[in-house]
Amino acid sequence: MADFVSNFWSWYIIIPTVAGIIACFLLVRWMSGGTPPSDKPETMGHVWDEDLAEYNNPLPSWWLKMFYITLFFGIGYLALYPGLGTFAGILGWSQQNQYEREMQKADESFGPLYAKYQQQDLAVLAGDEEAMKTGARLFATYCTTCHGSDARGATGFPNLRDTDWLYGGEPQAIKTSILNGRRGAMPAWAAALGDTGVENVTQYVLSLANREHDATAATAGKEKYNQLCIACHGPEGKGNIMLGAANLTDAVWLYGGSPRAIADVIAIGRNGNMPPHKDFLGEARVHLLAAYVYSLTALGR
Amino acid sequence: MPTQNSYNYKVVRQFAIMTVVWGIVGMLVGVLIAAQMAWPVLNFDIPWLTFGRLRALHTNAVIFAFGGSALFATSYYVVQRTCHVRLFSGPLAGFTFWGWQLIIVLAAITLPLGITTSKEYAELEWPIDILITLVWVSYAVVFFGTLIKRKIPHIYVANWFFGAFIITVAILHLGNSAALPVNFLKSYSVYSGVQDAMVQWWYGHNAVGFFLTAGFLGIMYYFIPKQAERPVYSYRLSVVHFWALVFTYIWAGPHHLHYTALPNWAQSLGMVFSLILLAPSWGGMINGIMTLSGAWEKLRTDPILRFLIVSVSFYGMSTFEGPMMAIKTVNALSHYTDWTIGHVHSGALGWVALVSIGAMYYLIPRLFGREIYSVKLIEVHFWIATIGIVLYITSMWVAGIMQGLMWRAVNTDGTLTYSFVESVQAMHPFYIVRFLGGAFFLVGMLIMAYNVWRTVVGAKPAEAAIPAPATAH
Repeated sequence: MADFVSNFWSWYIIIPTVAGIIACFLLVRWMSGGTPPSDKPETMGHVWDEDLAEYNNPLPSWWLKMFYITLFFGIGYLALYPGLGTFAGILGWSQQNQYEREMQKADESFGPLYAKYQQQDLAVLAGDEEAMKTGARLFATYCTTCHGSDARGATGFPNLRDTDWLYGGEPQAIKTSILNGRRGAMPAWAAALGDTGVENVTQYVLSLANREHDATAATAGKEKYNQLCIACHGPEGKGNIMLGAANLTDAVWLYGGSPRAIADVIAIGRNGNMPPHKDFLGEARVHLLAAYVYSLTALGR
Repeated sequence: MPTQNSYNYKVVRQFAIMTVVWGIVGMLVGVLIAAQMAWPVLNFDIPWLTFGRLRALHTNAVIFAFGGSALFATSYYVVQRTCHVRLFSGPLAGFTFWGWQLIIVLAAITLPLGITTSKEYAELEWPIDILITLVWVSYAVVFFGTLIKRKIPHIYVANWFFGAFIITVAILHLGNSAALPVNFLKSYSVYSGVQDAMVQWWYGHNAVGFFLTAGFLGIMYYFIPKQAERPVYSYRLSVVHFWALVFTYIWAGPHHLHYTALPNWAQSLGMVFSLILLAPSWGGMINGIMTLSGAWEKLRTDPILRFLIVSVSFYGMSTFEGPMMAIKTVNALSHYTDWTIGHVHSGALGWVALVSIGAMYYLIPRLFGREIYSVKLIEVHFWIATIGIVLYITSMWVAGIMQGLMWRAVNTDGTLTYSFVESVQAMHPFYIVRFLGGAFFLVGMLIMAYNVWRTVVGAKPAEAAIPAPATAH
């Protein structure tokens, strides 16, 4: 067993364990017996602090039996289950094989349902009421921690009910996002731009979104934008779903839309992380989840 | 004038009064964080007032400040009186008082600031850990120094438990707090991964077993026979349950790590020895309750005795519940739920706090040479505290079992019936009841503070001459 580097450690567990249980047994045996309680029991003869004394009543028999039962249970349990060093137990049970058995059983009973859904086109599946009930439950379990119970996201976690999609809102694009995860890679520009540069680019970004801005600063910022930002966010700031680059011209600001929040993003960058769910949930459940997320906007669910 | 012919009551008085003070502080923080669970707005978006930081302050304050002060006070009192000698080294005993208070104040400052090792019940950072070590070694020197110069050859049973508690807590503290400092306020555990978890729960469960059990059994073994004016029920039972308890507790830690990365064999041993622990634990309960046999009528008239006996009943209940929860299949339901919180509080409020309160009501009048100001108020305190405990633990049982069942409920399509947040929502009414239970208990402590204040204000410290040991042979 990989838990032990040598047999020594196995015996190091077995011997004190067995000896400990036997010692408990002998201790109880040794102390049981004694005279039954009488009407005028004698104390042990020692007196502390003027009036503290002790009787020596026998151990209650129901208590003794309880003690023996737990000791025998312990021996039985350690014979059946892993516990004594490398000895795996007569039943061969382990939490790993219990987990595998239960997962296998679950796959057998639930697998066919998801396999059936997986055969269907995502857009069609999105219209299947029964399937979407299951999808909603999967979403409630696995997605709400970040995207919220209402799927409207939070700062740093995309709203899945608007029509703004960083990596594309087509059913297949959504499925790819869930299946393989996404890693945002907005670099930090504070070192390259300096404080003034960050401020200027911020003003230019505001101008792209047709928001209130300082025209002079924006003009200065445009030059830097065209050097540093244009490759991902494009000449008009419309972003690029191939790269997950945000559209800067709409009203959706993943990390906050205030000039300060925008400046922060430019200065220190952002690395949003959508974890992959392929190994965790399996493709069939991801397929269903993708259909559900697609249905939120496509069908206004 | 303190002389070698009188007992050192000064340090006992200091710790006894601080037991009441820290009890109120710790429970007040507990009531606040219970309210935050029901009404999160009470976090006020102020970092040092948030649940995450105050939770550690609550546990440290009630266990180490309240419980610790009660243990210091009672062990110093008991060891002197049952050895018929003055406490060994008054100055060192004084150092343990001021050192312990300093540790508590440092905890109250650093924990809300977020300075923490993040090891449960051992959150204090390494400079404070070193101070704890110094105080604890001094405590051991004072306690065992007194025991060594005792005038009675036989060591009274309460002292076995205090002694085991002092030695084991020293070992646990040194073992679990081993860390590499990176700067004055931050250190990292020398253990990593599942080893760290195992060491943490070896410490954590034995903090329960020795700090909150063995130490308080020491209290039980002195104050119940004293208050009941009856001999301890069975010497041989105390021998069996002492040795079985101190031996078995050490193994039980892994039951906190069922169904985790901890190897199967370690989990099994944790479960088996937790079950074996049932009888040794109940041995203490039997010895406490049966000491009263033949004097049951005293429960009707004596509220101090009622605190003590009811505490032992809660001890029996918690030590039945504990082994049950250590069974893997039960644990699969109870783990990570509020059932655990209910279990802890049936021990912490029902056992530890009630036995401490009973002992303080016994001690404080004697330490100040006065009668208690109001027996009626002790009565009121008893009932308010008991109602508080019942509200607390029943709400957490229901909440915990409900959580466990909601988390495992599965639909016909294999999906979970409830999302996590639905289980949180379902907890709301129970969190309110729990808050009320805690508030009741706190009110009881405030009544106690008033009663103690009226008892000791203007009183002259009592001096007690050391009587010659009785020779009953």
